[in-house]
Amino acid sequence: MNRIKQRFESLRQQGRKALVSYVVMGDPAKDVTLPVMHALVENGTDIIELGIPFSDPNAEGPVIQKAHERALEHGSSLRDALALVKQFRETDSDTPVLLMGYTNPIERMGYDTFIENAVDAGVDAVLTVDLPPEEAEEFNEHLKQANMENIFLLAPTSSPSRQKKVTDMAGGFIYYVSLKGVTGAGNLDVNSVKENVTSIRALTDLPVCVGFGIKDGASARAVADLSDGVVVGSVLVNQIAALAEQGETNPATYAEAVSVIIAEIREALDKNTLDK
Amino acid sequence: MSSNPKSSNSAVDFNQVPDTRGHFGPYGGRFVSETLIYALDELEALYRKLKDDPEFQAQFDYDLAHYVGRPSPLYFAERWTKETGGAQLYLKREDLNHTGAHKINNTIGQALLAKHTGKKRVIAETGAGQHGVATATVAARLGLECHVFMGEEDIHRQSLNVYRMKLLGAEVIPVTSGSKTLKDAMNEAMRDWVTNVDNTFYIIGTCAGPHPYPELVRNFQSVIGREARQQSLTQAGKLPDALVACVGGGSNAIGLFHPFLEDESVAMYGVEAGGFGLDTGKHAAPLNDGIPGVLHGNRTYLMEDENGQIIETHSISAGLDYPGVGPEHSWLKDVGRVNYVTIDDDEAMAAFRNLTKVEGIMPALESSHAVAYAEKLAREMDPDQMIIVNLSGRGDKDILTVAEIDGITV
Repeated sequence: MNRIKQRFESLRQQGRKALVSYVVMGDPAKDVTLPVMHALVENGTDIIELGIPFSDPNAEGPVIQKAHERALEHGSSLRDALALVKQFRETDSDTPVLLMGYTNPIERMGYDTFIENAVDAGVDAVLTVDLPPEEAEEFNEHLKQANMENIFLLAPTSSPSRQKKVTDMAGGFIYYVSLKGVTGAGNLDVNSVKENVTSIRALTDLPVCVGFGIKDGASARAVADLSDGVVVGSVLVNQIAALAEQGETNPATYAEAVSVIIAEIREALDKNTLDK
Repeated sequence: MSSNPKSSNSAVDFNQVPDTRGHFGPYGGRFVSETLIYALDELEALYRKLKDDPEFQAQFDYDLAHYVGRPSPLYFAERWTKETGGAQLYLKREDLNHTGAHKINNTIGQALLAKHTGKKRVIAETGAGQHGVATATVAARLGLECHVFMGEEDIHRQSLNVYRMKLLGAEVIPVTSGSKTLKDAMNEAMRDWVTNVDNTFYIIGTCAGPHPYPELVRNFQSVIGREARQQSLTQAGKLPDALVACVGGGSNAIGLFHPFLEDESVAMYGVEAGGFGLDTGKHAAPLNDGIPGVLHGNRTYLMEDENGQIIETHSISAGLDYPGVGPEHSWLKDVGRVNYVTIDDDEAMAAFRNLTKVEGIMPALESSHAVAYAEKLAREMDPDQMIIVNLSGRGDKDILTVAEIDGITV
């Protein structure tokens, strides 16, 4: 069974919410990301979402954009991300890993080569930001054959027919984007999240995780009740950026910094579960 | 026209692209984040509704005639023809349009669409600043708030146009990400649009981007080719033998070419920016030296490295300094209908000076690429043959760049 399905199954049994943590591969240096991934898991991350650096990440806000730029400065690539996952799997065979990126680097590698290497590395799912269902048929077939989940975004502006089209092709979980706009933007509208998650759930049995705009334990708690989990990105990347700006080169320092953030959010999520 | 069965080349029907999902063969499409789908669906529905609406067409035609000053002349450049030797050289004078380039044709059309949506704010990306100026112009006329995204690099290169936009009431937002040029300005405009979609209409300046933009921009710009075709028949009594236009994103080229695509006797040349030369890698010629990939919402030929990262391009002309190209051009290249060639910086500069001196017409550095290639082509053709060059913009905006090359401070 795919690790993502397994993880959601065991979370459901425990009555807990999923915590998905996003960092960009190679931000700010190639040797930082592996200890960061392990630290995220040790502090309560259920699914690692690893960003593939791209030169033109036009769905990202300034925070994650700059992370892509930092990673590209020393040439981090899709190849490096796959090698990193393989290394991660040497000591962690349970935590699901999702690659999040843009279409072009994957197409440049070729669907076949990419999937072959991703399976070999132990990747469980792929989220291709700029590959909507209409353009994803071929890629989706490849993923299915490799038992890899194809994760899709849904937005507040997605119409009911759109929600249907996306959930029909989606696997793993639905990533509900809680805001209009780019990553890291604005404030959360809890009512709108509630309404949309309810209508998505009517269409699919897949778990729904909510991302964009979750900054801390409190905002994580606020959406966790309405969904199956939360995705945390910009707040982690922000912390990494702050350290990078100070010229920090010790990977352990980055690992400690993200640990603090994730531990707080995990605690808030679990407390929420107990309170219910 | 499309109902007439064509004897040869019938495998390719130029009126059947794009398909309903915006595909030109394998190119085009809609490669965007889910957050943008709604906005594109809305735009497409509006365009489908208004496209064949006689009232909308009449308004568009009226604005082109009375505000832009169309039709633009098809000018026989007699002295240039004589000096060059060979085929007769005609210039389609898009430089005489209001604001000095072809860009206004498209912004008039998209601004009319914006007006129908009731949105009060328009945004645009710009490279050379011509599209930014054209957008700021229509925004001023319609009383819309206007924000133009422009790479920091281009702001330095095109300071005159930046000031023009400011005078027109637009806010020019410097883009400091990535290579700080047109591609990054487009990224930033897409980010803004997805955030402010409720009150904002995105006026894309070239025939690229997610469906329906390539189709919509082509259709608005096709007025160039429709006029040129009619003028050629009237003035020369025949169709031209060749068309030449520069290609960055390719909107002036597709506008000229499209109405001629079924005229098999008409050869077509799209001229990409050769920069420092194709073999240096420092150019902006994806159709000559790139491979198909996905950027800015469409599949098309791109300049990229072995990891699929988009690479920085170089051209003396800011308007051609773009790593992609409109998807219809990618398709026209593959089906063999249009020849895509290159002209380097030096050749373009020489053509700029030559046309200015010989005809008293100062071409934009972008258009100078087409002028330079037309000279080469004319010499290989017979004196009774005819070439139409799209003089897509005037060169006033480039005076500072040229002066700098000459070591003169203006």
